[in-house]
Formats: sequence, C-alpha cells, structure tokens
Amino acid sequence: MIFLNINNLNVSIEGKKILNDFNIQINEGEVHAIMGPNGCGKSTLANVLAGNEDYEINSGKVIFKDEDLLDLNIEERAQKGLFLAFQYPVEIPGVNITPFLQASINSKLKNEKKPEIDNISFAKLLKKNAEELGISIDMLKRSINTGFSGGEKKRYEILQMSILNPALSIFDETDSGLDVDALRVVTEGINRFKDSKKSFLIITHYQKLLDYIHPNYVHVMREGRIIKSGDISLAAEIEKSGYQNF
Amino acid sequence: MDTETSQTLDKYAQDKYKYGFVTEIESDRPKKGLDEKIIKFISQKKNEPNWMLSWRLDCYKKWLKMSDPKWANLKFPRIDYQDIYYYSSPKGFENKPKDLSEVDPKLIETYNKLGIPLEEQKVLAGVAVDAVFDSVSVATTYKGELEKLGIVFCSISEAVQTHPELVKKYLGSVIPPGDHSFSALNSAVFTDGSFVYIPENVKCPMELSTYFRINAEETGQFERTLIIADKGSYVSYLEGCTAPQRDRNQLHAANVELIALENAEIKYSTVQNWYPGDEEGKGGIYNFVTKRGLCKGKNSKISWTQVETGSAVTWKYPSCILKGDNSIGEFYSVAITNNFQQADTGTKMTHIGKNTRSKIISKGISLGNSQNTYRGNVSFLRKADKARNYTQCDSLLVGNKCGAHTIPYIDSKNNSAVVEHEASTSKINEDQLYYCRQRGLSHEEAVSLIVNGFCKQVLQELPMEFAVEAQKLVSISLEGSVG
Repeated sequence: MIFLNINNLNVSIEGKKILNDFNIQINEGEVHAIMGPNGCGKSTLANVLAGNEDYEINSGKVIFKDEDLLDLNIEERAQKGLFLAFQYPVEIPGVNITPFLQASINSKLKNEKKPEIDNISFAKLLKKNAEELGISIDMLKRSINTGFSGGEKKRYEILQMSILNPALSIFDETDSGLDVDALRVVTEGINRFKDSKKSFLIITHYQKLLDYIHPNYVHVMREGRIIKSGDISLAAEIEKSGYQNF
Repeated sequence: MDTETSQTLDKYAQDKYKYGFVTEIESDRPKKGLDEKIIKFISQKKNEPNWMLSWRLDCYKKWLKMSDPKWANLKFPRIDYQDIYYYSSPKGFENKPKDLSEVDPKLIETYNKLGIPLEEQKVLAGVAVDAVFDSVSVATTYKGELEKLGIVFCSISEAVQTHPELVKKYLGSVIPPGDHSFSALNSAVFTDGSFVYIPENVKCPMELSTYFRINAEETGQFERTLIIADKGSYVSYLEGCTAPQRDRNQLHAANVELIALENAEIKYSTVQNWYPGDEEGKGGIYNFVTKRGLCKGKNSKISWTQVETGSAVTWKYPSCILKGDNSIGEFYSVAITNNFQQADTGTKMTHIGKNTRSKIISKGISLGNSQNTYRGNVSFLRKADKARNYTQCDSLLVGNKCGAHTIPYIDSKNNSAVVEHEASTSKINEDQLYYCRQRGLSHEEAVSLIVNGFCKQVLQELPMEFAVEAQKLVSISLEGSVG
C-alpha cells in the first residue's frame, strides 16, 4: 500500500505560487518533521493535505492509502484517517466537546462501515483519555476551545487525536505559543499515541519539539519545496546556524 | 463564501415544510368577513353569557376606530379583514366531546401525525395537552389528575362557563382591548385557547401544553390564553403550533395574558412553527401576537422562552410588567428566519416596583433572503428604585442576502436604575466550519452544530421534555423543513 505519496505538487493562493514541485513519501509508522523559515509553505502544505478550499491546486498528485486524496473533500479525508492539529484551534462557543467528538468518531466509524459508539462507552473513552492527558473533567464541560489558554487548546487537539485514532496526524506548528511545561505535556501525549501503524507529519520552526518526539526523518523546506532531507542531526544543524546555509 | 457553503445554503433554502398536510374534514363556518353578526354567531356557538358578548362587541367598536400599527420593520400587503373566515370548527362540534370516543378519528390521526397523541394510553408522560383545531379545543389530557390539586386547565370557552368570576376579573386586565388594533380584534373575535388557574401554594406537577393547529383555508386563528398563578404557586406552560401549506397568507392574531400574584412563578415557553411560506415567499402565516405578563405581587416571576422558526411574518413582543416589588421578568428568544420570512420580535420590560429585575437574551439567526429584527423596550418608572436590566442581543448571519437589525429602546425615570446592554452581530465563521469538517463532520452537521451552540443559552431554558425537540427543530429549520 502507498501510505502517503506527494508527487510534484504545485499550489497557489490568489495567483501567488506557494508549493513548488513539492515531493515527499511517508510510510506507515514513520515520523517525519518538516522545518523551514516563515513563509516557506509549511502551513500551506498542512492545509492543502487537510483539504482547505482556499488554495488552488495547479498540478501534481497526492496518494493517501492508495486513493487520490485530492478527489476527497475535507470531511472525507478526515473520515479516512487524516487528522490536522491546528496551529490556532478556533473557538466554538456553546458547543461541548462530548457531542462534538462523538459525532466525529461516529462519522468515521460509519465511513468504515463499523457500528457507532454508544453514549456510555464514548463517555468512558473520553474520560480515560482525558485523564491520561491531564485534562480535568471540568474542562470537558466547557465549550470547545472557548476561553482556553494556548496550552489547553493544544492538549485538546491531542485529546481529539487520541479519540479519533487517525492513521496520519499532521501537526501544524503545535509548539508555537507553548512554554516548556506545556510542550512536555503535549509531546508526551503524542509519544503515548505513537505505534507501528501510525504516521506523523510534524511541522515546526524550532528544534525543541523534535527533542521530545524523535522523528525518523527531518526535511528542510524553502520556497515551497524540500531542499534537504536527513535524520535528527539536521535539526541540530539548523538550531546551530539557522536556515541561511540551506 | 466558498461554493460548498452556498450549495449547502441553497439546499437548506429548498427543503420543504413537513407539517403542511391538510386534514380532509368537513368544517362548519359562517361566511367570510367581520361584522356584529359574526361576533354574535361566535358567541352563540360558544353558548356565552351576555356579559361576554357585550365585551366582545365593545372591543369590536374600538377596533373599528383603530388602524394597524406601522412601526415594525415588516413589509406585507394590507390585510383585508373582510376576506377572512373568523370561525371554523370540525362539523358536529356544537359541544366539546366528553371523551375521545366522541372525537372524529381524523382529528385524532391529525394530532398523531403531528406527534401529539391524545389517546389516554399514549399521552405524553408528564405533559398535559390541550389540542386546539381551528376555532375549537378538541381534547384536554390529564384533566382529572390536575383537578385533584384544584388546578384548572381547560379551554377558554369552557372557562367562561365554569369560572366566569376569574375570567371576568382577569380577561383584558393585562392587555387592554384598546391597546392596539390586533388586541382589539382578538378581543372581539377570539375563538379558543387555554385557561389555567393554579391555586395558592400549588406547584403544578407537570408541564401544561397547548397545541394549536390551523387547518381550514382562509381562516384566521384568534387564540386567547389566560394563565393565573395564585400566591406562592408555580406553573410551566408550553405552546406549539403548525399549519398546512397553502398559497395564500393566513392570519393568526393571538392574545396571551399571564398574571403572577405574590411569590408565584410562571414559565411560558413557545415553539412556534407555523407554515413559513415557500422558497419564493408565497403563502405562510401572518403571526401578530400580543403576549404580556403581569408580575402583580411581590417576589413574583414571569419567564418567557420562545423558539420562533415559522410564519411568513412575525410580529411578537412577549412582555413583562414588573409591578410587585422584587419581581423578575425574563425573556429568552431564538428567532430563525429563512427564505423570505420576516420577523420583528423582542420584548418590553416595564419596571414599576422597587428592586425589580429583568433579563433579555435574544438570538437571531438569518438565512436566505430573510429579515430578522430584535426590538426591545426597557423602561423604569419613577418608583422603580434599584431596578436592573440586563440585555444581550446576538445576531448570526448565514449567507449574504439576509439582514439582522437590533433596535433597543431604553427609557429611565429613576436615577438608581441600572441597565446593561450587549449586542453582537457575526457571520457564520468559515474557520469554525473548517475545524468541524476536519474532524469528519459534514458541512450541514457543522452548520447545525454551530447554530445550536449559538442558541444554547436560550434552548437550555426550555422544559427538559422539549429542549431536545427544540434543538432538532433548530437544526431542521436551518434546512427549511420541519419534522
């Protein structure tokens, strides 16, 4: 099975070219990190994969689990197991996480032709996963992301990931706005979730996040394409001398 | 807006009203138009005493001299009052049937179809229902059980016969017939509606509910409801309404009066789902409703909750007169307009007594080509020391052809009064939709979830039995269909 293969992808927004013959291949169970300076197209990549309709796909192909990803809309991609942890998770006042996530997981189960999860089993699952992430019951009673601190929002994203159990999780600058303690909690959550069946694409600006997550591959991105790939030592090199050498 | 959003919105706008069916039943009705003869006919049909007839005729004379209020943000053709039937009842309804075996099975079936079973073995648990079909009350459930507590729950026509002293004392005491033309008209020609009396210190153990159905064509429905909560009592009352789908507009002009005596509390909830007209704005109910509650005694409380999703035109301002010291008035409203619907709705809080408090939470949602106006009037009279009001008005726009308007009036004659007003207008947020869809929800599910979240503050005020139903109705009226 081809897990994720992006082949010569060209993407623009309002006529401005952002991704430029972009290529990457990710296999099942791999953790990839993409690093790059501001404006290199990292976040665009995350949003294009999720199906955000603001972008124009000019050419190229994306295969996800043997299927043409670009043929699917946002929710179909999510139901197929693609999860995006947002850089800035949006507030949804009046909407509680419990019915929201239950509807999410059921739409996924329905897509996989599996029976839906009932209220009690779901409540148990949510409570268990929340406890593991240090999310209080009180926080589960609030509206989604509403009035949350940066750290709380990111933890909520991890909680959602742990429930939806995606095959591919994309983290869009999850470390931005987090202090060291919050970063540790978030990365511990990701590490607990890792296994040989799950793949990750971690987009970040700094090396710090990668110290906790240990990716198999590190890619450096500039002007809409990957210009160098290597292992974790590449991240250390960037940390030391910045992006100008690439 | 992206294409998918507009496609979903188009789909919402095109879905159909599911309660639009007609019950084929022969009706008994006099000729169209309004004159003294028709009023005498109605009064005679109801076998009313003389005092009731002369009250009606006085109101009719007042109405003749009045013209319809014009200040609302609504556009509709002048109503031709001579082109309406003022009375319609299923044939053979001279007297209200004593039990369901005497009721035409077609009527029972109609209510079953609407989800309101009337048969004793199927009645809604914990909810007593009075079913009103065109101009008459068809059946009232749980009557016996309520009677044991001294609670009177019957049609207003019955109350005129059985409790004339209460009707005489309170009818028109909160909404004077001369208040405006619709109240005068209703007072002259009202046909049926509910009457509730809760005796001193009795907490009504179940929800009381009336279900209004307009069936006959070109017929106006003029309901009249009177609820009296005696000292220290409590009652929660709910009304629901639907009508068949017809090309021509139909008039519904109701009057509802509530009276709360010392330490009494009345909670009045409405789920209004009259036929809204088709996607081009043809047909639908003109809904001109006057609802007013009087907090007559100290520490009394009246709370209005409304979910307004139907009608072509809505003109409705459930209000509270806070006369007793420390009395409380509340208004919680969700108004959703779609296609060519127009709603001008809000409330009036009149603070008369000391330490009176009022709270207004209004949520307006506009879709399609609709116009949605919140109109509120908060006034503090000279003696209303330390009275307080809190108002919050939020509008949500879905699409770019609709309108939301907020018109608050505040009038204070007392320096110690405190008023707070918060208002917001927002468009449905593409980022929120994106977020929900990234979690696997469809576009439609996402819109419905966000709108329900927007309305939550109001929906949670509804009695539990109806909160879930109302939530569904909100989702469904976004689609424009009902069921």
